[in-house]
Amino acid sequence: MNIAVLLNMVPDLVEELEIDASGVALDTQWLRYVLSESDDHALEQALLLKDRRGARVIVLALDRGDADEAMYAALARGADEAIKLSGIPEQGLGKRATATLFKEVLREVPTDLVLSGVQAIDDMDGHVPGLLAGLLSLPYVGVTRSVDVAGEGKVVVHKEYPGGLVAEMEVDLPAVIGVLSAPQPPRYVPVARIRETKKTRAIAERQAPPVDVQAGVLVRRLLKPEPAERAEMLNGSPEDLARQIVTILEDRGLLR
Amino acid sequence: MSAARLDVWIFVEHLRGVVAGHTYELLGKGREIAGTLGGHLTAVLIGNQVQTLAPTLGAADSVLCVEDERVAEFTPTGYAAVLRALVEQGAPRLILFGATSMGIDLASLLASTLGFPLIVNCKEIAIEDGQVIATSQMCGGKLLCEAEASGESVVLTVVPGVFPTQKGISDHAPTVESPSLPALLEDVRVRVTRLIEPEPGDIDITKVPILVAVGRGIQRKENLPVAEDLARLLGGTICSSRPVVDQGWLPVSRQVGKSGMTVKPKLYLALGISGAPEHLEGMKEAELIIAVNLDPKAPIFDIADYGAVVDLFELLPPLAAEAEKRRAVR
Repeated sequence: MNIAVLLNMVPDLVEELEIDASGVALDTQWLRYVLSESDDHALEQALLLKDRRGARVIVLALDRGDADEAMYAALARGADEAIKLSGIPEQGLGKRATATLFKEVLREVPTDLVLSGVQAIDDMDGHVPGLLAGLLSLPYVGVTRSVDVAGEGKVVVHKEYPGGLVAEMEVDLPAVIGVLSAPQPPRYVPVARIRETKKTRAIAERQAPPVDVQAGVLVRRLLKPEPAERAEMLNGSPEDLARQIVTILEDRGLLR
Repeated sequence: MSAARLDVWIFVEHLRGVVAGHTYELLGKGREIAGTLGGHLTAVLIGNQVQTLAPTLGAADSVLCVEDERVAEFTPTGYAAVLRALVEQGAPRLILFGATSMGIDLASLLASTLGFPLIVNCKEIAIEDGQVIATSQMCGGKLLCEAEASGESVVLTVVPGVFPTQKGISDHAPTVESPSLPALLEDVRVRVTRLIEPEPGDIDITKVPILVAVGRGIQRKENLPVAEDLARLLGGTICSSRPVVDQGWLPVSRQVGKSGMTVKPKLYLALGISGAPEHLEGMKEAELIIAVNLDPKAPIFDIADYGAVVDLFELLPPLAAEAEKRRAVR
């Protein structure tokens, strides 16, 4: 089985986000990119399938931020092949354009199963895997917490609903699955092994094919939310804070 | 040119015979937008033997009810096929989904197959000069994006809990139409094999009045006992945001938020939780929220009653000591 995993680099929220002078984009000068968390889980899910059922895992990423770093880490974790799409505009692409680009590339990468994080923190004009499934007319299930092989040409997935309820679904391959989380945390690889991978393995690079995308969504402005009301902030040393918090609990009759 | 599209459609989310609360939020907002556009508000209800739910959807002018045993259970591909056929016939201006497990799957598939613009995670929707303007919540609530959608029909997903439920509830009896099922359903390729209940045996955090919640800030599984001890001391229970459960440090039954539990305790003490929208969705109705975080800009402080910017590991020992001392005095 060939599994393609789509890796998306998203703004690192640890850093302060700044809006650029145009008012419609983030200032990329100070922006750091990290692998989208649910894509990290999608990769783990693919590697688990490889470990348990045998599969060839191909990771695909647009050239943005530290995509190389994420791809070498994926190879070190067990991916078989990495393909980077270069020639991406500096501001990045919308999700509609991203999905269209992946669709074009997947024509040349034989795939039974496409896994990608169900959503990313910078999604605005859609979520990549669902859009991609629609473009490819493939069966789709998103918000999964596990994917396993269920006989010839089928996978069984667990889709999460609110309140901890889970729907088990059988999906015919080829298919696209939007992963929320893998059944286990993404595996850790030591930095030394990633460094070693950089010396011994290569990332294939392809020019991103031209895509004509009319997403029909125009950004008018980005803004930082102004909260209507904020918490009353307590101040002081940890001991002072502890006293204040306990007083609040006491006043509300919550200290029993 | 075809007639201008003016109608607003709401996808009715239901599970086990119960309509999801946020559907009424969408109906309320949809009512307002349909008024602005001068169109009708339609609730789209898909399932098997679901017509009994139609009378609860009176905020809509009409209910499009598709019943068939092949759509008895939700599948993204199956429901999207039905919706696509309905939308092609009915030509709505706007189609609203909750930004939920079902809604995000459907919205993506529908927008993609029909080539409609899609804006996700909306917190505000307006019509300006006939254009759809929506404000999307991005980057864990740290950024808002105001965007304009062109195109005859637009698909939006809406963050649950943003619009009031009350405006979507009405005694009015909606007209019910039952169109026949499209032939498209033969090619769904996704089947529900069973529904799995959350594992019993562990505590039901929705019934616990005092919750001590931990997030990424707890850093390591080995650090959990210090929070658990405090929870015990306060007569409560420990729960968490999603990352802690994803790491396998706490069972899924302790997860608060979108795909976990929705809780309304007397006290929600949030330790090292930044307050991603998905988490806030599950706890913002708590009677008292006290948040502790190292980042003064953490969104959790926007909804907390009290906040403290402090290292939780420095706060917890004196907090436990103080609580114990005062309890002894009483």
